[in-house]
Amino acid sequence: MLDFGTITTTIDQYLHSVMPTQAALIVECILVALCAVLAYVMLAIVMIFMERKVCAAFQCRLGPMRVGFWGLLQVFADVFKMLIKEIISIDRSDKVLYNLAPYLVVMSSVLTFSCLPFAQGLQVLDFNIGVFFIMAASSFGVLGILLAGWSSNNKYSMIGAVRSGAQMISYELSIGLCILVIVVLSGTMQISELVEAQRDGWFIFKGHIPAFTAFIIYLIAGNAETNRAPFDLPEAESELTAGFHTEYSGMHFGFFYVAEFMNLFIVAGIASTLFLGGWAPLHIAGFGAFNAIMDYIPGSVWFLGKTFFVIWLLMWVRWTFPRMRIDQVVSLEWKYLLPIGLVNLLIMTICVVCGWTF
Amino acid sequence: MNPTFIDTEKFRAQMEELRRNGMDFLRDIIGMDWGEEGLGAIYTLENSSTHETCEIAVRCTSRETPTIASVHDLWSVAEFYEREVYDFFGIKFDKHPDMRRLFLRSDWVGYPLRKDYDESEAINPIRMENEIPEDVQRDYEIAEDAERELYVKQTNKIFGDQYIINIGPQHPATHGVLRFRLALDGEEIRKIDVHCGYIHRGIEKMSEKMTYPQILAFTDRLDYLSAHQNRHALCMCIEKAMGIEPTDRVQYIRTIMDELQRIDSHLLFLSCAAMDLGAITTFIYGFRDREKVLDIFEEVTGGRLIQNYNIIGGVQADITPDFARKVKEFCNYQKSKIEEYNNVFTNNTITRKRMMGVGVLSRQDAISYGCTGGSGRASGWACDVRKRHPYALYDKVDFKEIIYNNGDCYDRFLVRIDEILQSIHIIEQLIDNIPEGDYKVKTKPIIRIPEGRYSAAVEGSRGEFGVFIESRGDKSPYRLKFRPMGLPLVAAMHKILKGAKIADLIAIGATLDYVIPDIDR
Repeated sequence: MLDFGTITTTIDQYLHSVMPTQAALIVECILVALCAVLAYVMLAIVMIFMERKVCAAFQCRLGPMRVGFWGLLQVFADVFKMLIKEIISIDRSDKVLYNLAPYLVVMSSVLTFSCLPFAQGLQVLDFNIGVFFIMAASSFGVLGILLAGWSSNNKYSMIGAVRSGAQMISYELSIGLCILVIVVLSGTMQISELVEAQRDGWFIFKGHIPAFTAFIIYLIAGNAETNRAPFDLPEAESELTAGFHTEYSGMHFGFFYVAEFMNLFIVAGIASTLFLGGWAPLHIAGFGAFNAIMDYIPGSVWFLGKTFFVIWLLMWVRWTFPRMRIDQVVSLEWKYLLPIGLVNLLIMTICVVCGWTF
Repeated sequence: MNPTFIDTEKFRAQMEELRRNGMDFLRDIIGMDWGEEGLGAIYTLENSSTHETCEIAVRCTSRETPTIASVHDLWSVAEFYEREVYDFFGIKFDKHPDMRRLFLRSDWVGYPLRKDYDESEAINPIRMENEIPEDVQRDYEIAEDAERELYVKQTNKIFGDQYIINIGPQHPATHGVLRFRLALDGEEIRKIDVHCGYIHRGIEKMSEKMTYPQILAFTDRLDYLSAHQNRHALCMCIEKAMGIEPTDRVQYIRTIMDELQRIDSHLLFLSCAAMDLGAITTFIYGFRDREKVLDIFEEVTGGRLIQNYNIIGGVQADITPDFARKVKEFCNYQKSKIEEYNNVFTNNTITRKRMMGVGVLSRQDAISYGCTGGSGRASGWACDVRKRHPYALYDKVDFKEIIYNNGDCYDRFLVRIDEILQSIHIIEQLIDNIPEGDYKVKTKPIIRIPEGRYSAAVEGSRGEFGVFIESRGDKSPYRLKFRPMGLPLVAAMHKILKGAKIADLIAIGATLDYVIPDIDR
């Protein structure tokens, strides 16, 4: 398989040969940031288009068909519309926090996004507490949502933000437990090693029952983390008009919108990295020829394929279920998912200690 | 309709007597201005088990301070009806807990439905500033700090210092311009105050200047989802008064169209209830199928939402040749789709959790609040006008009155789903047997109703829709009153909302299925 590590090393060596170390580092940082943000935006556009088409399919519609062939340019038109819209300032709102909030949300999202391993060697950061860092980075997005709700001077926003806070902090626990199950199974937190360990079999197969349970819980909790139906109470449009981002317009709203979509991608990306082998191809022990053919498919295709499969699963749920009530959401987490997650972690530990894994 | 006139002094005792004798359903209170003879009101009552009706009229002698004893403790819905009468006629109700205007602004001058009301714009100009709500008390106080500034302290007489939030008048879940003010404790609702009148058009007032055929056009704009039934009621009332007997063909067409309209309304109910609970796919499914009903309407009447089809003595135009085929096609199609709704939405665990046991309205309260239609039948009250006082062809067709007993949101939802099937059943019995004949009876070019009081009621899509006409022999009515289907539902809101959360308010509002133009008129 193609190792992107060689390409990045070549660029790194070239930069170091033509300029001093400090300057080379700065140039590298800028290049990496540009690539990350560009990939972020491109994927967001793909996802918005996908959501519209998937949703249309579930609802027996065609979705956007007019702008461009098969509606392909619809999202670009939407983005352009959003860009030329006025950013409204709200009377008696907390101006600084109000303007800061969307950037916090989008920052947290980009930061987490850049940690995802898109292919072998194609990731920005790879250090020994990678998974831990992803969790930390993704969890400060809720701060932006809380600030947005607080600073908007709107009671709907406020209720939406409080709901969001209660929901996200609760479900973070389940996500943490599910990730711990995989960390226990693999014995490492470094993302490259996690994926490397799945070359001979994905963790969802290796860890059998506890890993599969963790995968399901992760999908439920991940759905809640991204504020999508049936957990879309923070922005429940029929209750709170738009929840925490009621008062935002133009690109400020756009940031929330894009961040929400990319959080879905991130949740799916982490799921595919931890449970479905990330960029590692599908290998079945004993089928050498089959494994060799699978190796010809590039790692980035594997990663994106798995991620979009998980995204499709989550979209299916989103367009099928009605919305839950806040007390039901919280009791689902604290009464069901969390205890199940804890027992599941215990089972996984026992399995690993006794060597009952594949 | 011949009401018994009672003196204001004996009125209260008489009403208590009637209430004791089982007259437990107050259908409507009709405010009246009889000119020289004074202001007053007509109460129409019904016994919910024997369906025996009676009308009581009460007249005040004084025009300056007209007062009638309140009956809000005997029939809960009277609280809202009396506020409406106060709003339009200025009749004060003694011992009423909350004598505010219901529809008009609190700074409105005069009482518009009185005959001596001055309409000039100088008295009631278009006001560009917000009204000061009647429940806000303004006191001038001096600040405690060193500056000692004079400031206005506002205290709310209804809510005190609770956390108040507005649901509406522009809100996706109120399905129109209705406004609730809620006092919240976290997510829980402590108190609710309903504000109506954002789409009040004064239809009853306008009717007093219009000819009868002109008034017909208003009915479609009341509850636009039971446009046919509304117009059916008014046509029926006028025909009754003039002694016109529509042909059998007309009765068949009217009955079929009424039921198609009911299916249309219930499909929209299903879609919007699902939408309010966040299930957008079901919303699209409902609208997809409703489109087929609207296509039939469009072909026959020329209109989709507002059809203007019934006229005095018949219908506007004859049905098209392939009407029967299209309706039968639709019936077969729709029967198969109910299963789909149940699979994707009704039987979903989250739906059941959100609706079951939420917003319970007991049978007793349903009758006391006069919540007719699907909401009343979900509480176990057999209140279908088609069964109680059959009209058109409803005594000739076989159909079941759907009754559930829990009175919660889920039952209110199921009632409508089952009623779609019953409506299809009614249509199937009629569609093949439409007799030949005229589609309208010839009437005089100018329609005058003989002197007297007339009323008619039909089962609208969401309850009993009634029409009351008092005529003095002119070509326009002396007084015309529509009984709203939605106002009792909204009046019962505060009872249903006990201990509910914000999300429950949305579920309750969705399943009560009120339409705002019908409440406000």
